Amino acid sequence: MSDHVDVSNGLPANPEKSTIEGKNKFLGMWVFLGGETIMFATFFGTFLGLREGTAGGPTPDELFSLPLVFLMTMFLLTSSLTSVLGIISMKKNNFKAMRMYFLVTVLLGLGFFGCEVYEFWHYNHVGLGYSVSAFASSFYTLVGLHGAHVLFGLGWITTLLVRYWGKGITLANAPKFYSASLYWHFIDVVWVFIFTVVYLLTLGGA
Amino acid sequence: MSDELSKPFPKSAMTENERYELGRETRIQVVSFAFMIMLTIISFISVATETIPSGFVVPFILLLGTVQFALQLFYFMHLKDKDHGWPNAFFATGIVVTIPALIALILLLGETKW
Repeated sequence: MSDHVDVSNGLPANPEKSTIEGKNKFLGMWVFLGGETIMFATFFGTFLGLREGTAGGPTPDELFSLPLVFLMTMFLLTSSLTSVLGIISMKKNNFKAMRMYFLVTVLLGLGFFGCEVYEFWHYNHVGLGYSVSAFASSFYTLVGLHGAHVLFGLGWITTLLVRYWGKGITLANAPKFYSASLYWHFIDVVWVFIFTVVYLLTLGGA
Repeated sequence: MSDELSKPFPKSAMTENERYELGRETRIQVVSFAFMIMLTIISFISVATETIPSGFVVPFILLLGTVQFALQLFYFMHLKDKDHGWPNAFFATGIVVTIPALIALILLLGETKW
């Protein structure tokens, strides 16, 4: 690793890890995600412990609608694929394709977020206020925390796109896009457990 | 130095072999995406049809979720690749702490019915 970058040699095959800063960002992101896992585990544990305490309020069986959750899952899974394809385009030095894939990621993420806002609005409308029952609070806190992560990720990727719209792939911005895509995959990983544990297990009779 | 880091590159320095490997990688990613969609559809159907007894559905969808979790981490997030030793160590540590945290919370909160 030299101090001098000769751009005429072409973009390295792994631009996100070809500077010391990029390597640090990559490692730091993984430390952060390891910590996030534990934070989400505490919220999952709280939900699983409290979910039967409906206190006379609406129950999950009356509320949850599988088609909506399925649609949200498809939005988030597909957005995970488009961010993978964005990173692959980045490695090929194809900036336009990367930009397009990340834009699609943001749009799919917005679709997911819109569904979640509608879902919460609907639940609140039929009587599941935040403080109605232990189930309500733990549900809103767990799923809402995930939703807040989605919103943060959307802001993150949008900021990167605006900041680097016409700038091309450089050794300074490649690690940033890579970290954002790792974060986005992690959001999807958490959602896999939310739709399994919160929605499907509860409706499946566990 | 910092100015040069912000210069775009006119071409890619990938070798023919690296290009081939990336093409293969792309196909693997798309196939694992297809698998994830399939697993998701199976777990939704197994709950939605209500024909399968709940004693089987619960461990079944948990297993499907775990498989999908592994696909995301090892393929989409590249944990399977080399020079991912430390990321593996950090994430594994996260999982190790997760399990007692989950069990403790479920047991403690489950004691009192709120």
